[in-house]
Amino acid sequence: MSIAARAARAADSITPELVAEHGLSPEEYELLVGSLGREPSLTELGIFSVMWSEHCSYKSSKVWLKKLPTEGPQVIQGPGENAGVVDIGDGQATAFKMESHNHPSFIEPYQGAATGVGGIMRDVFTMGARPIANMNALRFGAPDHAKTRHLLAGVVSGIGDYGNCMGVPTVGGETNFDPRYNDNILVNAMTVGLVDANRIFKSAAKGVGHPVVYVGSKTGRDGIHGATMASAEFDEASEEKRPTVQVGDPFTEKLLLEACLELMAEDAIVGIQDMGAAGLTSSSVEMADKGGVGIELELDRVPTREEGMTAYEMMLSESQERMLMVLQPGSEKAAERVFRKWELDFSIIGYTTDTGHLVVRHRGIVEADIPLAALAHAAPVYERPYTKREPQPIVAPEDVPAPNSLLGALEYLMGSPHLCSRSWIWEQYDHMVMADTVQRPGGDAAVVRVHGTQKGIAISCDVTPRYCAADPYEGAKQAVAECWRNLTAVGADPLAITDCMNFGNPERPEIMGEFASAVEGMAEACTALAFPVVSGNVSLYNETNGIAIPPTPAIGGVGLLPDIAAMATIALKREGDLLMLLGAEAGHLGQSLFMEVVSGETRGAPPPVDLDAERRTGDLVRGLIRSLCLSAAHDVSDGGLLVAIAEMALAGRLGVALDSVSGPLPAHALWFGEDQARYVVAASPDKADAIHKAAAVAKVPLRLLGKVGGDAIVLAGEAPLSLATLKAAHEHWLPRFMAHG
Amino acid sequence: MKASVIVFPGSNCDRDAAVALEAATGQPPAMVWHGDSAIPASDLIVLPGGFSYGDYLRSGAMAAHSPVMREVVARARAGTPVLGICNGFQVLTEAGLLPGVLMRNATLKFICRDVTLRVERSDSIFTRRYTAGEVVCFAIAHKDGSYFADAATLGRLEGEGLVAFRYCDAQGSVTPEANPNGSAHNIAGIYNETGRVLGLMPHPERLADPALSGTDGAKMFLSLVEALH
Repeated sequence: MSIAARAARAADSITPELVAEHGLSPEEYELLVGSLGREPSLTELGIFSVMWSEHCSYKSSKVWLKKLPTEGPQVIQGPGENAGVVDIGDGQATAFKMESHNHPSFIEPYQGAATGVGGIMRDVFTMGARPIANMNALRFGAPDHAKTRHLLAGVVSGIGDYGNCMGVPTVGGETNFDPRYNDNILVNAMTVGLVDANRIFKSAAKGVGHPVVYVGSKTGRDGIHGATMASAEFDEASEEKRPTVQVGDPFTEKLLLEACLELMAEDAIVGIQDMGAAGLTSSSVEMADKGGVGIELELDRVPTREEGMTAYEMMLSESQERMLMVLQPGSEKAAERVFRKWELDFSIIGYTTDTGHLVVRHRGIVEADIPLAALAHAAPVYERPYTKREPQPIVAPEDVPAPNSLLGALEYLMGSPHLCSRSWIWEQYDHMVMADTVQRPGGDAAVVRVHGTQKGIAISCDVTPRYCAADPYEGAKQAVAECWRNLTAVGADPLAITDCMNFGNPERPEIMGEFASAVEGMAEACTALAFPVVSGNVSLYNETNGIAIPPTPAIGGVGLLPDIAAMATIALKREGDLLMLLGAEAGHLGQSLFMEVVSGETRGAPPPVDLDAERRTGDLVRGLIRSLCLSAAHDVSDGGLLVAIAEMALAGRLGVALDSVSGPLPAHALWFGEDQARYVVAASPDKADAIHKAAAVAKVPLRLLGKVGGDAIVLAGEAPLSLATLKAAHEHWLPRFMAHG
Repeated sequence: MKASVIVFPGSNCDRDAAVALEAATGQPPAMVWHGDSAIPASDLIVLPGGFSYGDYLRSGAMAAHSPVMREVVARARAGTPVLGICNGFQVLTEAGLLPGVLMRNATLKFICRDVTLRVERSDSIFTRRYTAGEVVCFAIAHKDGSYFADAATLGRLEGEGLVAFRYCDAQGSVTPEANPNGSAHNIAGIYNETGRVLGLMPHPERLADPALSGTDGAKMFLSLVEALH
């Protein structure tokens, strides 16, 4: 029976309800029938549904993503491949990407987070890069929400177990608690890899008659329709979707990593693509489409974990730890030998063709025959209507009540869920394996040494959701600027970013407006800071029962230190050093943590970001670090100046004596305001002149804050806050919270 | 000193061990694949950290039965020094070269951080560059590191001076607070009866480089070079 005849027979069973269950609107189904020229078979319906899902097609976000800058002299590979790649000199490059695994992690936190980590590492080693560092950006609900503890424990354990087993250090990240994530947590995972610039692998399947090879784990029924799930809103019934969450096997992935890198050292691979979302379907379609060829698959040759799997199930399975490769003809035996050595499945499941079609055969029957152009390019692209938010008024510092005690407020802030130590989290991650982690979690950016060299790669993940919720445009600008600042604060040249755009339902104009504003804010900051976007991921429909998360454009940035000998850390190092603030002070308290935690209110505009000031101040600080003028540096962000100083003191186990301040601004606005483009630096007194001169040349305001020494934070007119008290406040909250389940 | 590092599927500190060995000896060690039954002539065999066979079944249990381990056991019995780090320690206990077992940490969580250890003896081939009672800083990174043995075995280990390292505080006091994983007697590492096989959970190879916030681990490799040159 021909596919058309089979499809005609199936057409009766393809009801509007079935189409809706596949996440396709009636209009999209019409488009499908039109581009296929007939009704689809069930397998074809499944294939279209995943390829046209929001997750795979970016149909709502595409028109906006084009506005992001993606180029620069350092960029070797921009968006469109499995990961972005940037030049780090000496013929070396770094490949990196961040990706979301939000919905699966809410349903099944351990496996959801673990497979998120597995997926992003696969994206990076698919490019030929050895993963050298992982990071993550996590958003949980309010601490007092019934599920928060369970979700946090499961996510952290899942991330840890996967990365630890792989032997790739998880070097840091960020974690927020906010009631707006109560029913829709965010788990964004980032991997950074190292690759020789002339050995980068891509996904295009060039050439006709080349073998298509399946390697890795066997295919099971897990994760069928994961991509469709990631493209729908949540409700109570969603938790019944647990079977669509995949199960991770980091041991197999470790073998897959080593086998792939071993084969990549030879000239056997034409194109390679990992089977992530939408599994065999999206990997085969993307490879063939990019190479401008057709592809034929014999599903009887796919290694399966279960008996009696249908073509529909095999094409849609999201079983983990699998790769699809197109090989040079004649290299099959050599490739098979490598994968057998690593005890992995290896099967030639098809060939490239010149038909421009995806043809799927199973048990002698053509189950699908689809023009690739229809799958890859005929997908709908929406210019969804959007409404932008009215900016909120700027809060005058005088309108925020002063605390009874500045240092009392500091202690309270440092012990709050927002600012307390995250060591309970990162101690569950092996952050030292590979023996190149030269800056561990807890600083502004993590730094991993490029193995065998003195170069360092700095990595940071940033976004401040409360700013984005108040003003998506300024918030997104701030996220990019803070990431750039964190990389700068360790002495790195910021190179490029990856992004994870987490938003609500784009079919609602106000959500689409948030997305549009955030893209515009990011684009402006990326352009001003020469910090292009080279890879990323969009996660929409992050809502439950119609309540959306705050707009959360998570930014993962990578920078380069030419020599780790000139690397700064936040820890104070020497008694007698001077502490200085670089950057302008306006005492901006709107949307500050002080306001939220101490005053108990969230209102007003977030701090504005002056990108010119960012650039000047950052370039100044980096120059001072490179010329070895500074003994410590720290960017000022959440919690403001006094929090930054306290973090430096705790890290260095050295106190500070702060000079009192005078001027028009209230003291609490100076110490807790979250003005951007600022750094606290420490230096020995003999460097002070040079620093003053450099700041004057760069037109960056400098204020002497005080002197390093003692074992307390001392501020005139206040009882000293001992480091022991501060440390206890800072370290107790998270372990206690997690212990008292 | 010629060293061999055994590589199991899932080993992931094999490179770290090789780097530390090369820094101490001036030559790269031989990397021996688990499926090989031959190990080149070696003055030292290292079983590295990682997750051999995914730690499935039980940490180290499957690696203990891989082909190469028969040869490791034979060499150890013939007097070749063997160093098992983290997963390598687990393999050594599963292979019967060291007594006891490494159980899940008392916290039930993976723990990665620097710890302070008391060096119990300085007369072994692994510790001659340290002094007895010295407090050193190594890193731990494990989920199954809680050392357990029956009372008779613990009595024998203590009586014969076979405890190599104990978790302690910065002053060298062996306290419950300084015990990160619930190990019996705060044991972090033990010798076999000849003192030529050492298994320990902490990673000396991770703090053996001035760029990595400590170099206390390097002295173990330098001790071996001195003893086995």
